[in-house]
Amino acid sequence: MTKYFSKTHEWVDIDGDDATVGVSAYATKELGDITYVELPREGSDMIVGDSLGIVESVKAASDVYSPISGTVTSVNKNLEDDPGIVSNYPESKGWICKLDNIDLDELQDLMTEEMYAKYLKTLG
Amino acid sequence: MSEEVLLETPLAAEHAALGAKMVPFAGWNMPVQYAAGILAEHKHTREAVSLFDICHMGEFRVKGPGSAEALDGALARAVTDQKTGVCRYNFLLNEKGGVLDDLIVYRISGDEFFIVVNAARRENDFAELSKRLPEACGITDESAATAKLDLQGPLAADVLVRLGVAADALPAYYHFTTVRIAGVDLLLSRTGYTGELGYELYFPAEKAVFLWRTLLACEEVKPAGLGARDTLRLEMGYPLYGHEMNEETTPVEAGFGAMLKLDGQPRRFTGSDALRNAAPKRILTGLVLEGRRAAREGCTVLLDGKAVGHVTSGAFAPSLQRAVAMAYLSPEAAAFSSAAFEVDTGRVRIPARIETLPFYRNGTARKKIEKT
Repeated sequence: MTKYFSKTHEWVDIDGDDATVGVSAYATKELGDITYVELPREGSDMIVGDSLGIVESVKAASDVYSPISGTVTSVNKNLEDDPGIVSNYPESKGWICKLDNIDLDELQDLMTEEMYAKYLKTLG
Repeated sequence: MSEEVLLETPLAAEHAALGAKMVPFAGWNMPVQYAAGILAEHKHTREAVSLFDICHMGEFRVKGPGSAEALDGALARAVTDQKTGVCRYNFLLNEKGGVLDDLIVYRISGDEFFIVVNAARRENDFAELSKRLPEACGITDESAATAKLDLQGPLAADVLVRLGVAADALPAYYHFTTVRIAGVDLLLSRTGYTGELGYELYFPAEKAVFLWRTLLACEEVKPAGLGARDTLRLEMGYPLYGHEMNEETTPVEAGFGAMLKLDGQPRRFTGSDALRNAAPKRILTGLVLEGRRAAREGCTVLLDGKAVGHVTSGAFAPSLQRAVAMAYLSPEAAAFSSAAFEVDTGRVRIPARIETLPFYRNGTARKKIEKT
C-alpha cells in the first residue's frame, strides 16, 4: 500500500485497484477538534477535485476534495457518531471513504509522503 | 486581508510558551485555543476550572459628584438604585435604542463607578460616555493599565481559598470585593461569560504574568482560549457584541426587555423614547439543530421554505453534543415555538426547532458557596 497526498491536504492510500481517502494529520491539526463529518453517498461517482464531503470543527467547515476519481464503495459510518476519530487518527481509523474504478494515472499529480512533508514546510 | 497591526496583551509570551493558536480578535492577537483544544478546554471549564486572558477588554472609571445620576441617564438600566459592591449588566444605546455596547457597571462607592466594556467598542464607548457625562464626573480609560483574568468553573472558589482568600470574603453572584492574592491587590467579581461559578479579576497590568502563573500553578486550573469562551457562552445563550447585538438591534430585541422595566417607571435615558415607541422588529431566539452539523453566522432561517430570519452565532455545543444557534427571527415566526424550522447553510437545509435559552441548564454560575 502506498499513500499519496494532495495540495488540499487529503490522502489516498492505494491497494491494488482500490483507494481509501482521508484528511491529512496536518489539516486536522489546523482545523482543530472535528465535530461533524459529512460523508459522501455510497455509489456516487467522484471526479478528482470534487467535494466528497465536509469536515467541521468548532470554528469552521472545510470541504474534503477527492484526490482521485472513482466510485464510492463504502463510507466510514463510525464518523457519524464519533467524528473525533478524524482528529485523533486522521491517517488510519479516521478514513472518510473507499473508492474503486480509480484512475491510477492521476497519482502522478499527487505527492508522495516525502514530497508532502517538504510541501508542508513551504506553507510556513 | 489588511495587514492590521494587532495589539498584544501582557500575556503574549505566556500563550506562545503554552502552544496557543493565536487569532485576531477585536484588533488584538488572542489565543483561540491551547494545545488541549477547544473541546477539552470547554469540558474542563464545565467540570473543573479554567483561566482566560481577557486583558483585551476595556475598563473605565467614572468618579465625582452626580456620577450616579449622570450614568443613569446615559445607560439603559438604572444606576442610581444600584448598591455599592454590586455589578449590573447594562447597555449603552444610541437615540434609536440600538446597542452601542453591552457592559458591566460596578458601583465602587456612592460617586465612583468601574465600567467594563468590549475591546472593539472601547474607544467609541469612551467618546460617547465622555459626551454624556457632565464635567464634574471625571471619566478615565484605565484599560492599558488594567489586567483582567477570568477564573471560571465549579472549582474556582476552591482555588481562590487555597490562594488565601477567606471563603466568607468571596463575593456573591454579581457582587464584587477587593482581595489580596499572592501580594497583589485586586478587584474580584463573581461574574463571567461561561455559565459556571467563576470570578473576574482586575489588577495592575504589570502583575499579569505573575498572577497568570500563580493561578496556573494550581493543579486544577488549565488555560482556555476564546474558542472555548465562545462555545461556553453560546450554550448559555449569552449575546456577543457584533453578533447578537449591534447599533441596529435593541436590547428588547435581544431578549432583555424585562430587565429595562420600560413600562413600570417614567425613567428616561438615551434611547428610551425609541424603545417605548417602537415594537421589536425581530426577536433573538435559540435554535437546536438536528444532529452535529453547525449553522454559522449569516445562515438563513426558513419556515415553510420562506426566509424568516438569520443566524447570529452557531456552533457544535460540546456539552449538549449537538449543534445549536442563536438567530434573529421575525416576531411572527418566533411565536411559532413548536414549528419545524430549517437553517439553510447554502449547501444543505438543517432541521431546527426553537429552544428556550439557556441551552445548557446545569451551569454552576449561581451556586451558593459554603462559608466554612
